[in-house]
Amino acid sequence: MPYDYKPFPFVAPPGLTAPEPRHKVAIVGAGPIGLAMAIDLALHGVASVVLDDNDVVSVGSRAICWSKRTLEILDRLGVGERMLEKGVTWKVGRNFHGAEEVYSFDLLPEEGHKYPAFINLQQYYVEEYLIERARDFPDLIDLRFRNEVTGHEDRGDHVALTVATPEGDYALEAEYLIACDGAGSPTRERMGLAFTGQTFEEQFLIADIEMADSPFGDADLSERWFWFDPPFHPGKSALLHMQPDHVYRIDLQLDLGADAKAEATEAKVIPRIKAIVGDKPFRLDWMSVYKFRCMKLDRFVHGRVIFAGDSAHVVSPFGARGGNGGIQDVDNLGWKLAAVLAGTSDPALIETYQEERSHGAAENILNSSRSTNFMTPKTPLEALFRAETLRLAHDQPFAQKLVNSGRLSLPCSLEGMALQTPGYAQVPPGSALVDAPLSGDDGDSWLLEEVQGDFTLVGFGDLLLPEVEGVRRIGVNQRADYPCFVATNNHAVRRYGTGKAYLFRPDGHVCAVFDRPDASAVAAARDRAACTMQEDDA
Amino acid sequence: MRTIYPDRLSPDQDAFYNALMDAHHGLDDAESQALNARLVLLMANRIADLAVLRDLLDTARSYRDE
Repeated sequence: MPYDYKPFPFVAPPGLTAPEPRHKVAIVGAGPIGLAMAIDLALHGVASVVLDDNDVVSVGSRAICWSKRTLEILDRLGVGERMLEKGVTWKVGRNFHGAEEVYSFDLLPEEGHKYPAFINLQQYYVEEYLIERARDFPDLIDLRFRNEVTGHEDRGDHVALTVATPEGDYALEAEYLIACDGAGSPTRERMGLAFTGQTFEEQFLIADIEMADSPFGDADLSERWFWFDPPFHPGKSALLHMQPDHVYRIDLQLDLGADAKAEATEAKVIPRIKAIVGDKPFRLDWMSVYKFRCMKLDRFVHGRVIFAGDSAHVVSPFGARGGNGGIQDVDNLGWKLAAVLAGTSDPALIETYQEERSHGAAENILNSSRSTNFMTPKTPLEALFRAETLRLAHDQPFAQKLVNSGRLSLPCSLEGMALQTPGYAQVPPGSALVDAPLSGDDGDSWLLEEVQGDFTLVGFGDLLLPEVEGVRRIGVNQRADYPCFVATNNHAVRRYGTGKAYLFRPDGHVCAVFDRPDASAVAAARDRAACTMQEDDA
Repeated sequence: MRTIYPDRLSPDQDAFYNALMDAHHGLDDAESQALNARLVLLMANRIADLAVLRDLLDTARSYRDE
């Protein structure tokens, strides 16, 4: 069954009849990034209004690969388990050259993590789950469909917006505007901000097909298959992925200069798919021909206007760094903006979103550009090196590492950046949490469930944690008067060591480590990571 | 004879590959061939161990008919 798009009803906003009180945050765009942003802020007690020009979830599956780190973030937001249950879990990727398998890789070979390396789930399901989750916060999230932002003006201490609806225009004010309005961001366009980087000439056909049999041969494998120069599509590349509901994603590189309009027709696409799946019956659900760009804004923060997700940075799809990068933006920004709005943190904290996520976006762009270059050799020499790399990759491990069909999204390190207190540990400051199973008095848990959401100090092994205001405490393999857990199968101790304390930020990144955590050192690290407002600043 | 070598290039493999492609940027075929030849000679001098070099030559040659 194809996905059933139910339009969300338009509800006349109060601003049409009387001026609305100033909102804390206006979020433009109700895609996965805008919705996740609203939920993250709501979990920190911050109210937002979400404005979207449309009234249905994503048309077409679009973003389908959700990484482990994204699932861990969405666990905190309350939809991770639901996504895991519905999604197709995969961790094996196979690379082919011609008809022959060159090598395969396992993305998460170790046990003891709540979430797998990746799941595949259509973007429309993710948006549906996020909208349902947003409805859990009726006092904090004001979702407005068919509310198109047509203008905005930064007035120093707030942003003034004009919004068009089917029943007329109205004005709205918010202390901050977060632009989650996608790759073509009207907010960005309106501000005339340069979006710079590399445009690729290659065109790709993307198609979702629904079929009862598996296109992966006899066994129904939840894997990622990538072909360089496949027999069914000579000289180009192809990608095959499995989604829930017997839907399969096919990506095909097209000829340079192919006519996009002509390619995106059933007459052209059906034979291409038949060449892959053979005589097995299938139905074409969705298709699109696209070119891509690897680009980013120089700055994500412009006064009271903040960019997150595709509005701030776009990458090629190979590597699953678009949607996943955007969710990490949300994770980074949510607690910071909430703390600044609450008056406990200096507004300089928002500037560190620029420092940390601009770095993340640059890393994503670098990886995705390199993958794209490997997949689309531009000269005979580039084609020659690639062919010989693939030949060596049959048995030479170093050459297998060189084969680049997408370097799949991993959280970037924030080591050395302003909020982190330098230090040495197995999981150094700046790293995203490494999950591990725990068992406590109230049953089994996961490290990610215990540390995310607030500043949390975790002590591993025999060391006592001091009490510090605004810092939650968790003990692992110790007994104390704060919640303590046992490291199930010793995974947590193997991953973090013993006799160490780690201070996690609300977004689950390590910001300081201690051999002997005393209250003043922990408080100093916390104040540094939170840009805590000093008494004399107030 | 073919030797399977342990991977010593990662985690910098992508940066190396990119730099190699950049080194060829703008060269025609003959110039690229010449660059590759110079590169092999420079790398041989850097490796300097004749037994290792013979082994590399044999290994590279062993893929010829595949």
